[in-house]
Amino acid sequence: MTSAWRRIAFLAAAAGMLAALVAPLSSEPAAGLLARPLPLAAIVLTALLYAAAGFVTRRLSTALALGGVVLGCIGTLALLRDTAIAGYAAWGFWLAVLADWGAAWLAVAGLAAVRPHDKTVARITDLAIPLLFGAFIFYLWEVAVRGFGVPQVLLPPPSLIAVRFFGSLWMLWQDFFQTFILGVLTGYAIGCGSGFLVAVLAHRYTFLGRGLLPLGNFVSALPIVGIAPIMVMWFGFDWPSKAAVVVVITFFPMLVNTLAGLNAAGHIERDLMRSYAAGHRQTLQKLYLPAAMPFIFTALKINSTLAFIGAIVAEFFGTPTRGIGFRISIEAGRMALDVVWAEIALAAIAGMAFYGIVALAERATTFWHPSYRT
Amino acid sequence: MTSSTYAVARSAKIRWHPALVRGAPVIVIVAALIVVWYVAAVLMNMGVVRDAFEREDTPYTTAQLIEGTLTAERPLLPAPHQIIATFADDVFGWPVTSPRSLVYHSWVTLSATFLGFLLGASFGIILAVLIVHARTLEKSLLPWIICSQMVPILAVAPIVIVVLGSIGLRGLLPKAIISAYLCFFPVTIGVVKGLTSPDPIQRDLMHTWSATPAQIFWKLRWPSSVPFLFASLKVSITISLIGAIVAELPTGAQAGIGARLLAGSYYGQTVQIWAALLAASILAMGLIGLVALVERWVGRIMGTRA
Repeated sequence: MTSAWRRIAFLAAAAGMLAALVAPLSSEPAAGLLARPLPLAAIVLTALLYAAAGFVTRRLSTALALGGVVLGCIGTLALLRDTAIAGYAAWGFWLAVLADWGAAWLAVAGLAAVRPHDKTVARITDLAIPLLFGAFIFYLWEVAVRGFGVPQVLLPPPSLIAVRFFGSLWMLWQDFFQTFILGVLTGYAIGCGSGFLVAVLAHRYTFLGRGLLPLGNFVSALPIVGIAPIMVMWFGFDWPSKAAVVVVITFFPMLVNTLAGLNAAGHIERDLMRSYAAGHRQTLQKLYLPAAMPFIFTALKINSTLAFIGAIVAEFFGTPTRGIGFRISIEAGRMALDVVWAEIALAAIAGMAFYGIVALAERATTFWHPSYRT
Repeated sequence: MTSSTYAVARSAKIRWHPALVRGAPVIVIVAALIVVWYVAAVLMNMGVVRDAFEREDTPYTTAQLIEGTLTAERPLLPAPHQIIATFADDVFGWPVTSPRSLVYHSWVTLSATFLGFLLGASFGIILAVLIVHARTLEKSLLPWIICSQMVPILAVAPIVIVVLGSIGLRGLLPKAIISAYLCFFPVTIGVVKGLTSPDPIQRDLMHTWSATPAQIFWKLRWPSSVPFLFASLKVSITISLIGAIVAELPTGAQAGIGARLLAGSYYGQTVQIWAALLAASILAMGLIGLVALVERWVGRIMGTRA
């Protein structure tokens, strides 16, 4: 974007902010912005920052715009504390939100356009951009839900979900323990472990491998979660049935990937091991397994998400009165959507942490692999 | 036969036909699995069958016991022939429109799968095009899309159903939305990869011809992304089927393969569950085959060398 366009865009954002001063904030009789000193100060300052951002260098303008966006968010959120505005917000209010959105977009675009030479700075910006973007999405969610007065049974605002989350930590911990620690982790360990062992055997005995590989590829494409009701029937309502579903789900990706990885070692390396007169065990330990590591971690990462899904689906078929999937289906039926969203937040955090830990372990063990060399 | 050809024939290893080399291990393993299955069925169902005999106080022989385990009404593990018999009866034994016909249930799930796949794939493609063309989106949105896949998305399914139900959307669409939500991701990632796959040299060439961005997109980026697109469509259509099946679970749906699984688990109809699973597997294979067929057709139109 040329600087002329940037200037126009920032001035438009500033104008949008200032329009909130005169335009009606609410469709109900409510005091205008001029009668509220604190939000007024925030909004005017935001408008000034946006206007200034249009006339300075690119870097400075990004910084000014970011400051303005934060102030603008605070100002509009402060306005929503008034019950005469929450649920009845009129176009003056939405104009300010829209201006904020535009400025946030410009700021993120400015940040994305920066290509720092320093590696740490580059990493920090790469992390900061999605975080800012995500934070702004939460702001929009909050403002839209409270401004339009969306009923809570449809979509609770994030602030309410956060309150519910921290207010029921004990219940969340019990559900987490039941679903994740007992169901997912046990099943994940058994499933991945047995998949790995069978792959090593199949690699040793080629006939077995030739038979299992097409079969594994075939089964990987099937909707395996469907075995959940059978496992619940075999292993009962408690966590063993969930772990069993996870075992079956994680077994085949692990088998297929490990087998592919064990076959990834090149001819030359294998010949070298032969010329060292290395036995099968030694060759496996020094050549095949290290070469298979990236493939194994791919399977571990795929499985970390599959395992969670499998455990939650299995809970739809019957559980003791604990567990993430159980809680979600029960509370969704009761229209207690804030609890449901708190559980989803829990599942999201746990899922990302699980994946993140596996990815970190991958970095620690396969740092030598070309894909990490930059 | 001269002595030299004789020597060659003796020294050469036996060469099996390549189809045999590939096919034989699979057949042996499958046969072994079926044997294991029958043994497991006998062992797992034995307790129930023995109890039944002893309750009626009828004397029984081992042969009768084993026969009982393989023909039980509600076995813990049904034998393969029972599953196939039930499957055949469910598919061919009822008119297609009857709610007892598996064809009817498959169609209900399949329609949600198709709609969800269509929504998800188009959404995925649009998202990928936006991401490739806007650096801001790539930097800000792509990490969140990747994160969204580490979240057990199925957890959201009940809410989607409840929320959409309360604004008056019921039936097909909520299921399709869940399956779309599950299946858009592989398409996005695959198409982003495909759209960025042309070499810088090729893009430079387009620049020297002073091609517009639209021309670069339609003549270079899009055609070179098609193989990637189809690879990810094959993944995503099975995910879309899984999404449609799972979406039927928390809603208490009346029809569909998921509803069939749920009903089977409520009433202990194990054979029915296995038959529904078999139907789901056949559907999954059929869907992948369909995408492969379209891929070949598109390939022929675009003139790719197969």
